[in-house]
Amino acid sequence: MHAPVEYILHLADNALVLGQRNAEWCGHGPILEEDIALSNNSLDLIGQARLLYQHAATLIGGDATEDKLAYFRDVPDFRNYTLCELPHLPLMAATSAGDRDFAITIVRNFLYSSLMVLVWDRLQSSQDKQLAAIAAKSLKEVRYHLRHSRDWLVRLGNGTEVSHAKVQAALDQFLPYCQEFWAASPHETDALTNGTGIDMAALQADWNRIVDEALNEATLQRPATGGFVPTGKQGLHSEHLGFLLAEMQSLARAHPNATW
Amino acid sequence: MTSACPTDAERAWALLEHLSDPEIPVVSLRELGILREVREGEHGLEVVITPTYSGCPAMGQIEDDVKAALAAGKLQARILTQLAPAWTTDWMTDAAKNKLRAYGIAPPHACGHEKSGSANVVQFAARNAAAEIVNCPQCGSANTTETSHFGSTACKALYRCLDCMEPFDYFKPY
Repeated sequence: MHAPVEYILHLADNALVLGQRNAEWCGHGPILEEDIALSNNSLDLIGQARLLYQHAATLIGGDATEDKLAYFRDVPDFRNYTLCELPHLPLMAATSAGDRDFAITIVRNFLYSSLMVLVWDRLQSSQDKQLAAIAAKSLKEVRYHLRHSRDWLVRLGNGTEVSHAKVQAALDQFLPYCQEFWAASPHETDALTNGTGIDMAALQADWNRIVDEALNEATLQRPATGGFVPTGKQGLHSEHLGFLLAEMQSLARAHPNATW
Repeated sequence: MTSACPTDAERAWALLEHLSDPEIPVVSLRELGILREVREGEHGLEVVITPTYSGCPAMGQIEDDVKAALAAGKLQARILTQLAPAWTTDWMTDAAKNKLRAYGIAPPHACGHEKSGSANVVQFAARNAAAEIVNCPQCGSANTTETSHFGSTACKALYRCLDCMEPFDYFKPY
């Protein structure tokens, strides 16, 4: 029994795209320790993505490889949550790298890790044995990611007026994107039906509890959600994914079949 | 060795026994639990390794080192990467932990034996769960503080001893 390829790609694309985003801090972290922490966080995510792409490539067969899946697919082929692809920028900010906002990085990593501790935990009993093995490894890693981002969330929320305002604004901006977690896409439904996936809606109460406890400790207000539900996992993305892929894929596409 | 003429698998074990980790050269791959098995497969010798962290950049180097060590003994093997059961720092031998400490890295504590389910997930993230005492590998003092959750590699956290003032790495439980 194996999970639908689209479902494995959804999990892989989440990890790769967020890993690529967080890697933008490499060499630019606000302090040296955070530079290292975020780079290590990315290393874990890209490592998880590699294991998932290798699994998908085996299932696809033919000449599929992990590199082809990562570097030679285009925006509509990617199945990641829109949340993962958004830049580290506040609303209405200019798009230069110098405007990167650490509060956004922390809020997004917290919201995503809070979900993935639950997802990987459940996927350990997937009928897809390889996916279950990847889940068991990833769970150990994402627990450290959650601890890291949660600690910073609380620290920024309880910090100065400026840090509190920035992290609250980041939360107001990013929390609505989490609505995408709960509405099942066709590949998630397929995976659930054949026993390899999980019921995402059933995780919502646990996720809310993790989030609310942390927000409470951080003295942050949970914004009301509603309105537009993003559709990244179905291949309909924001305008930001194209720029991210262009940077990530250009080297592999300029030198196809290169080895080093 | 029980027989006068060792099998290929026994010879391979002897060759790989002391192969060291590329990032922490004082411990062997076997002591770390990365080198899982050497066996006779259907198509010849197979060496089974398992990654530590998913993104561990040393895995390629480890595979090359295993091949080179076997080639030196005129053996060839397929290297298989196995994910389950997931690698854990609990597999590290006491001897390996002592070597880590002597090298300046505080060895990992035992992993919490987590059960499946959300209550446990939430508990892990709670602040008081993070307050574990790590002894300084230099002076042994328990008066230490965590500087960063992530250190020089994903598997380590950065600590500082408040008695001898030395910074040090802590190998995190995984």
